Amino acid sequence: MGKKGQAPPPATIPAQAADPDAPPPPEPVPPVSVLYCAVCTYPPEYCEFGASLTKCKDWLKEEHPTLFDKYYSEEALQTKLGTLSLEAQQKLEKDVAKKEVKAEAKADAALKKKMASQITIKRIERNKRKHITSVFGLEAFGIDLKKAAKQFASKFATGASVTKNAQGLEEIVVSGDVSDEILEMIEGEVGVLKGIPTDNVELVEEKKKKGGD
Amino acid sequence: MFKKFQPSTDIAGHTPVKSSIQRSIRASVLSQWKIEPETLEAIWPKKEGLVHVKCREHISIYTVHGEPLIFQHFDGPFYPTLKLLHKYPYILPKVQVDRGAIRFLLAGAHMMCPGLTSAGGYLPPDNAALPAGSPVAIHAEGKEHAVGVGITKLGTEEMRKVNKGVGVETATYLGDDLWALQTL
Repeated sequence: MGKKGQAPPPATIPAQAADPDAPPPPEPVPPVSVLYCAVCTYPPEYCEFGASLTKCKDWLKEEHPTLFDKYYSEEALQTKLGTLSLEAQQKLEKDVAKKEVKAEAKADAALKKKMASQITIKRIERNKRKHITSVFGLEAFGIDLKKAAKQFASKFATGASVTKNAQGLEEIVVSGDVSDEILEMIEGEVGVLKGIPTDNVELVEEKKKKGGD
Repeated sequence: MFKKFQPSTDIAGHTPVKSSIQRSIRASVLSQWKIEPETLEAIWPKKEGLVHVKCREHISIYTVHGEPLIFQHFDGPFYPTLKLLHKYPYILPKVQVDRGAIRFLLAGAHMMCPGLTSAGGYLPPDNAALPAGSPVAIHAEGKEHAVGVGITKLGTEEMRKVNKGVGVETATYLGDDLWALQTL
């Protein structure tokens, strides 16, 4: 220890610490298992502060009805109201509704953007007879570029790497002309290449001389 | 601390931690948290190497099997991540904020004294007062689980006396980017 033991030891634990039944020392204490909401990842008691309360409620009602009763029954709501003034409560509700709408709009926009984004498979001429293939835009579909590159490399037995292109964006460069095969792989959703609409893929050829695009 | 944290740009590198350093980390964690050696052994077995993930602004995250467990700012105290704290809620002393403060906390704000001293809040009693600079679990009124991890900026007695300004600085909270990070 020494240099890192800067903070004082927490010998001063409040009398009613979070865990009242202090465990006997020799056994490791089992962790408290905490349920997390599948929609917003918060513990369900905090869903009301999240951006997707309605969905969270539906999820909880379906999966854990008892918990739903605990958090959203009339009584629970009553006690909540007791601690807040009516106005504050109304304001809070309004805020939540607003947030929800916002979050939905955001998710929608993200999905739209995803659907609209293009994947470019470009065949670039190196020599007269030698080509490299660059695949650009895979990351928009949530694909791990490194893994995809690895997959290409092992599939085609060539070099494949993730490089930054002139715009500073990442793309996969595969040596050899494999554009058609890559297109096929994307269509067949091989390995990590999942969830790409085929319409968004375009094949481009780039000659060594300018304007050959 | 983790309000805007992007793994792709904010992480400088992963390095396995030397075993001698691991020993010193283990010792300081044991002295800083209220945790038994056996429990710590269960969450972080001696055999499993700790991985140090270095991030921008002097933040270090320590992971076991890619799961973040401990983080530290500069060479300050060690904090458990919120997920770890949920599993072992007694390892840090508890403070509680009132209901009105929850939504601000979830937006990443620091906790002000009035929220801690009001009827819904909770501070350790005077006979167990905390000095400034101790890591605490931030709980919320009427909730079972902790909502954040923070560090006291004032002693608890002082908080009651001054009752103004920042009492607990939030290090990580429910829904921030460290929370969203499942594995590293």
